[in-house]
Amino acid sequence: MSLAAENVPHPDPLPARGRRDRPAKRQSVGRHALIYWAGFSIILALLIIAPLVLPEFWRRFLTEILIWGLLAMSSDILIGYTGMVSFGHSAFFGLGMYGAATALLSVQPPNLWLAIFYGLVAAAAVAGFVAYFSTRLRDIYFAITTLIFSQIFYVIIFTWTEVTGGENGLTFRRPPLAIAGLFSMPFTSTTLHWFVVAVVTLSYLVLRRITQSPFGMVLQSIRENESRTRAIGYAIERYKIVAVMLSGLFAGLAGVLYAVQNQFAAPDFVFFLVSGEAVIYNVMGGIGTLVGPIFGAAFFLLLREGLSRFFTEYYLIPVGIIFVAMVIFMPQGLLGFMRRWLNQ
Amino acid sequence: MEIPFDQILIQTINGVVTGMILALVASGLTLIFGIMDVVNFAHGELFMLGAYVGVIVLAASGNFWLALVAASLVIALLGAAIYLTTLRPLLGRDPLTTILATFGVSLVLQNYALWQFGPVARKIAEPFTGHFSLFYLDYPWYRLVIALLSAAIISALWLFLKFGTFGIWIRATTQDRVMAQAMGIPVPWVLTVVFAIGAGMAGASGVLFGPLAGVNHAMGLDWILKAFIVVVVGGMGNLAGSIAAAIFISLLEAYAALWVSPAQAVIVSFVVLILTLLFRPTGLFASAPR
Repeated sequence: MSLAAENVPHPDPLPARGRRDRPAKRQSVGRHALIYWAGFSIILALLIIAPLVLPEFWRRFLTEILIWGLLAMSSDILIGYTGMVSFGHSAFFGLGMYGAATALLSVQPPNLWLAIFYGLVAAAAVAGFVAYFSTRLRDIYFAITTLIFSQIFYVIIFTWTEVTGGENGLTFRRPPLAIAGLFSMPFTSTTLHWFVVAVVTLSYLVLRRITQSPFGMVLQSIRENESRTRAIGYAIERYKIVAVMLSGLFAGLAGVLYAVQNQFAAPDFVFFLVSGEAVIYNVMGGIGTLVGPIFGAAFFLLLREGLSRFFTEYYLIPVGIIFVAMVIFMPQGLLGFMRRWLNQ
Repeated sequence: MEIPFDQILIQTINGVVTGMILALVASGLTLIFGIMDVVNFAHGELFMLGAYVGVIVLAASGNFWLALVAASLVIALLGAAIYLTTLRPLLGRDPLTTILATFGVSLVLQNYALWQFGPVARKIAEPFTGHFSLFYLDYPWYRLVIALLSAAIISALWLFLKFGTFGIWIRATTQDRVMAQAMGIPVPWVLTVVFAIGAGMAGASGVLFGPLAGVNHAMGLDWILKAFIVVVVGGMGNLAGSIAAAIFISLLEAYAALWVSPAQAVIVSFVVLILTLLFRPTGLFASAPR
């Protein structure tokens, strides 16, 4: 058979081709779950060992891949599972960064958990605001509206120099990894990597659980057929708002991690090109798969790293061409393509 | 703060002038959307490249009008090429994939311009430098000519759509693609030409805008955002609506610039967009709800 194992018939290729264990449930749940968790543990183990063997540059690079992967994964909730392409994730990501910056600059001594809390609150507030307006619209209109919302926040942050530092952004010191009363140690690049691995893994497990929950099923049925889902009796608007807020929350978490890693918050990260990159990661990796976007981020960043040796700062020319080619010829992304290839 | 009357009048004229250019950009965008269901993210980049072609031709020939025509033609050809290579294969897929593909195209074009022309802004000289006095200011005639030219191009488009055989084919394709095909209208060719026309209009507006501000590789971003706002506020695929919305929003921004910096004045158009979405999601000037 030429199609993938999960050949759910679907007229257009943009929504996901189903998750890996949907058709498996009838055949061999145990074996698939075993393979899945074995693969999961191997990758997790590799990620944990990696900083011990990699040189400094690649250690940082790997941490960055995970952070961008988390951002991509968060937008997959909308693109892959709910069928709404968001071009506004930079707002959530950026507000996460600025939230963390506020906490680290205003409270002494700097506290990591407070930074995460502030970042999440900021991102969730913005996500709620954006969601309230943008979920009234569908498809392209949703994409454009989220894009314009992220630009609103970009302009505000860019011009409100007294609070946000304007074009220069804010810089701060990295907080120590501490649990009050137990221990406190400054971050090294290795412990930071482990911390990011822990956060991203936890987020992945939470998101995976959510997408498999009844709530996640409703989101997927909105993707497949919105009017029918409405006819069944689900309050679609509420589900969409919660989906956008959830997605924004994890995007904000990625922003906090990025701020902690790089010790600054800058308006560039609120600019919509960051959202565009998140969409690119999704399309490259495979939408509706959660892990796919992380692979997509890795692929994109490696591509950028490799190509910028030849094309210097113009690496986006070849990357853009590859991206367009993937949209046309490989709509299911790298992961979907590999899966299909393995199943042949 | 008291705003003198003369300033308001000047800002009104400025707003109408930029509004007409914006209308030119947005009408290309809305034409492409209305007929093909394609959201052209690369439209701003076509605008920017049009301005660059204008710079080059102007430097070579010294004739502004030649530059205007050349830029429209070159960008129209580029648009046709983009359509044939990236959008034709996506025909019949979800319209969202066209956003993704044209977003990729816009990244390529923008970085190509940066690579080819460098980060330094270029300037297009005004075709004529006459001024007329408006209160204490010398107001350049050129700006008024831009507004008139934009209006002329848009009216030409409208007449073409209304009376030209090809225009009638285009409208037929909009209404029912399959039936148009069955009636012998060469639909694939019509779609290519529509994209080329939209692109050519973006290229022309790039040249027209060139003398007002510098030409650089990032100018497309501002315009595509504004054009998106205009198209949504005016009602997607509604030509007259986008023109009205373009002038409306540019006027508002021009007035807002009296109080705040121009960078912050942009927020006004964002607010208009939000209010439109809240109360008239199909667009301020939409005739019928969709």
